[in-house]
Amino acid sequence: MNAADTAFVLFSAALVMLMTPGLALFYGGLVRSKNVLGTIMQNFFMLGVIGVQWALIGYSLAFGPDIGGFVGSLSYIGLSGVGAEPFETYSKTIPHATFMIFQMMFAIITPALITGAWAERLKFSSFLVFILLWATLVYDPVAHWVWGDGGWLKSLGALDFAGGTVVHINAGIAALVAAIVIGKREGYGREAFIPHNLPMTVLGAGLLWFGWFGFNAGSALAADGIATTAFVATHLATCAAVLAWCFVEWAFRGKPTTLGAASGAVAGLVAITPAAGFVGPMSAILIGIGAGSLCYLAVLLKVKLGYDDSLDVVGVHGVGGLWGALATGLFASTAVNPAGADGLFFGNPAQFGIQVVAVAATVIYSFVISYILLKVIDATMGLRVAKEDEVAGLDLTEHQEAGYSL
Amino acid sequence: MKKIEAIIQPFKLEMVKEALHAISVQGMTVNEVKGFGRQKGIREVYRGMEYQVDFLPKVKIEVIAPDDKVKEITETIIASARTGRIGDGKIFVSPVEEVIRIRTGETGEAAV
Repeated sequence: MNAADTAFVLFSAALVMLMTPGLALFYGGLVRSKNVLGTIMQNFFMLGVIGVQWALIGYSLAFGPDIGGFVGSLSYIGLSGVGAEPFETYSKTIPHATFMIFQMMFAIITPALITGAWAERLKFSSFLVFILLWATLVYDPVAHWVWGDGGWLKSLGALDFAGGTVVHINAGIAALVAAIVIGKREGYGREAFIPHNLPMTVLGAGLLWFGWFGFNAGSALAADGIATTAFVATHLATCAAVLAWCFVEWAFRGKPTTLGAASGAVAGLVAITPAAGFVGPMSAILIGIGAGSLCYLAVLLKVKLGYDDSLDVVGVHGVGGLWGALATGLFASTAVNPAGADGLFFGNPAQFGIQVVAVAATVIYSFVISYILLKVIDATMGLRVAKEDEVAGLDLTEHQEAGYSL
Repeated sequence: MKKIEAIIQPFKLEMVKEALHAISVQGMTVNEVKGFGRQKGIREVYRGMEYQVDFLPKVKIEVIAPDDKVKEITETIIASARTGRIGDGKIFVSPVEEVIRIRTGETGEAAV
């Protein structure tokens, strides 16, 4: 046991917790004013729902003793046996419960990311059922594959430092399925869906950036050099992605936008997540440049492909996550982290292949299960609010309140 | 008595207010409004999505004045709100039947 490590991981857990309200502001500013509370609520409520789900069953499914490489067993149900003693497989120096609460914050923000795809039209009750099922049947198993002791992707040697596949590809693909199954917002293509409060969005992006230091550096599970490597890589990739997104849009559209800077920051944070503890600072900058430009182009492509992913979860988290996971297979270096592996650019092309397998498995699994869940909910309780409720806005019709009043 | 409603560029409000102060106009009501005239809309871009925004922000000033002050006030507004470019706005003048000061119950021009 190590006091510094424990303090650091507990503090990191608090930082990651703050990302979910940060995401609520990021998304809340991007919708129209009649849906600001509906959007914020879906994120804030996630803290409650998944917090309890994680303690009751989620943690056990993700990190309990392995069953066939696919899922954890139910031995830690209700957090039984998860206490002050370290669980040496995950970390020798911090209490088991410290690891559990840190991981809980990841389980909370992942489904919260998806809420951007269906913003402004999903019924709250259906939202609740979907995210509970999704957390249990998609997030928890995939977390086990990649991070759980005995998980099949971990055994294969896939590198995912802080959740590029588990969190971002997983959420990005679920978001794509949701946008397709739920359908476009009323008035899509005819009306202007203008963000109602970009300062709120930029504040949210700032909180995400701040919290992300806990997300990535904290994933070292120790107050050590790897945590610092991850912290530095996280910050540099994000800086580079802000520049890349803005310069690309400046070249394409003639003006650098504030929303572009905020979006670029999130894209950079997403992309560096799987790589953070495995790459050096210059690699991090290259990953950030790739993230800022690729995600911008992905967001433009959405219009051509014709699905209404309201707040660009696919373009930012899906594409940013894909790029980050693959880039980890390019830029990872054992000179930076001996516990990692070398990537393609450091003489080990096999690692790139392993990353491709991890990405493909996550994409396919998330796509199929998310699709089934959404179809079943649509057939039984319906996914969308009534058309007139959508026009009136979710704040009033789903929550009976207003975000702003004179 | 007349009501003078002027729709002007928002950044001209301060100058118009100062100019009206200078000719002893004692009160006015100001609203932030949206609308379009010949200027038409503008285009805004969010993450590469372009939207035509037809309603542009303007400021509407309302001043109630005795008939003999109307010409001086409108000329002052024109002089202070004009840039010479499209989108400078318009002034509407209409008759007012009655004005009542709530505190004292005074009516007519004494209440303006």
